[in-house]
Amino acid sequence: MRAFDKQRSDAPAVTAGAPVRARSSGPQHHRADQAAHAITFLFAASIIFVTGLLFYELYTGALPTRSKFGWWRFLSGTTWDPVSLEFGALPFIYGTLVTSALALIIGVPLGVGASIFLAELAPLKLSNALAFIIELLAAVPSVIYGLLAIFTLVPFVRDYISPILKSTLGFLPIFQGPAYGVSFLAGGCILAIMVIPFIISISREVLLAVPREQREASLALGATRWETAWLVVMPYARSGIIGSVFLALARALGETMAVTMVIGNDPRIKMSLFAPGYSIAAVIANEFSEATSGIHTSALIELGFVLFCITILVNAFARVLILAMERKNSAA
Amino acid sequence: MISHQSRRKATNIVMFTLTGVCTLIAVSVLFFILGYLVWQGGNALSWDFFTKLPAPVGETGGGFANAILGSAKLLVLAALIGIPIGFLAGVYVAEFANTKAAFLVRYTADLLNGVPSIVMGIFAYAIVVVPMGHFSTLAGGIALGVMMVPIAVRSTEEFLRSVPNTLREGALALGATKWKAVATVVIPAALPGITTGLMLALARVAGETAPLLFTAFGNQFWSPGWNQPTASLPDTIYKYATSAYEEWHQQAWAAGLVLLLLVLAANIAARFVLGRQIHVSRG
Repeated sequence: MRAFDKQRSDAPAVTAGAPVRARSSGPQHHRADQAAHAITFLFAASIIFVTGLLFYELYTGALPTRSKFGWWRFLSGTTWDPVSLEFGALPFIYGTLVTSALALIIGVPLGVGASIFLAELAPLKLSNALAFIIELLAAVPSVIYGLLAIFTLVPFVRDYISPILKSTLGFLPIFQGPAYGVSFLAGGCILAIMVIPFIISISREVLLAVPREQREASLALGATRWETAWLVVMPYARSGIIGSVFLALARALGETMAVTMVIGNDPRIKMSLFAPGYSIAAVIANEFSEATSGIHTSALIELGFVLFCITILVNAFARVLILAMERKNSAA
Repeated sequence: MISHQSRRKATNIVMFTLTGVCTLIAVSVLFFILGYLVWQGGNALSWDFFTKLPAPVGETGGGFANAILGSAKLLVLAALIGIPIGFLAGVYVAEFANTKAAFLVRYTADLLNGVPSIVMGIFAYAIVVVPMGHFSTLAGGIALGVMMVPIAVRSTEEFLRSVPNTLREGALALGATKWKAVATVVIPAALPGITTGLMLALARVAGETAPLLFTAFGNQFWSPGWNQPTASLPDTIYKYATSAYEEWHQQAWAAGLVLLLLVLAANIAARFVLGRQIHVSRG
């Protein structure tokens, strides 16, 4: 698939920007062309329509909560109590941000390191084979990650990782308190495992696309392969790699099932990473079908709207970075 | 001078070893997942698993036949929605659109692809469950179908664009109209790739759980027709894994193994088809 892409970009004649224009050989044929154009256009437009409708449904679905609490009180409220109809989103936003940050702290060094190995050192055949395994990992459903995490990662975090962190870095407030297993830490770990494949496949692609001359020039000047990779190739590919990290962040922010299964589902803001928490996606998954009052459903939809806006922004930013990288390469 | 040189060489070796370790960790996760599921789920997997309804709490045995059928029905609906929209929109982007329109559709598809799956669930809830008044297979299928669209668009576009322009020009030079050239020359040339891409899109939504929680909802029994809540494999795995019963955990492992094997098989098969395709287009 990857080699295929490259081959395509090597053939400048085939671009959407320069479609082959047919000369009409008669009014009837022309009409058939127009019909085909119109039909496919309608289907393409339906994608934009659905995206707009998605935005509209979330926006209007959240209206009752917004008119009752207002944006600020909803976002900054720390109490989530469906019984007394008090809805504050901060514990969930906090949980989502903390687990995603943990995922990046663990996942970025591992993912970028592996992509350097695959792009700069491994022979192409090995690199392609390993990249295929990584792509399979990206295809594993999140509920399966969650299933394994409940029975392996959670006990592991409770019995091994937490005691080690406590005895070495226990002076930090984030590594204090009792360790239950289900926690921010477990959520962050499973998210890291889930986003690493995304970071690796995109970063490897970006690194492989760096022009060969860059490496040759550096090696010819006497640099070692690592110096070439770190000081020449990496800076050249920087924006693409940052793009892959933001794409991974968007995944982590929106990931639902695996986090729901290991985070502990406790809507309180705790400093300790060992404490159970909650995330935006997890509370929607747990409470949506059981919400009895309209305002409860509306509050959950508003949480969905918040999540939607955050992930769209992060995604859009990532795409811009990766696009910029592609432009740079095609200019070089 | 010599020590400086050897330090640089040492750095070179140490850092590349570390990157190798990173790769090893990342790759070994797949084997861990597969091995653990086979170990835990292999025992619970039996003929009953595919043919029987779930057993009541406390009884051993029983199967996930309703969940397997439910997943199949959801995927049929998803394919009916996702494939036509994704395919035709992909044809538009690759063959008919001007640069700006192509960029707009592509970018929107990418954004839609990035929408969290749980938010897709809310969307399907708002446009299907609320008007109908109850959970249904239809709502779940629509949620999965919408999720499929962006992947289907992008892969269709990619494979159409990989068709050499000379084929288009040849068809047009022979007097074919544009749509005839596209329909009888370009699309057939790209068909193996497009089919594979669509299959991968289907495989991806097959494992989705979050959009089904409050659309298809789940069901302990058979779900006749399209109008009622239905069980599905991913949703059942979630409910069984988070339950408190040991027998249910066993069943969850077995179901997880089945789902994982299905998804991996689809991806590996796709790789083979694409591998052949690359070969052909190179030669």
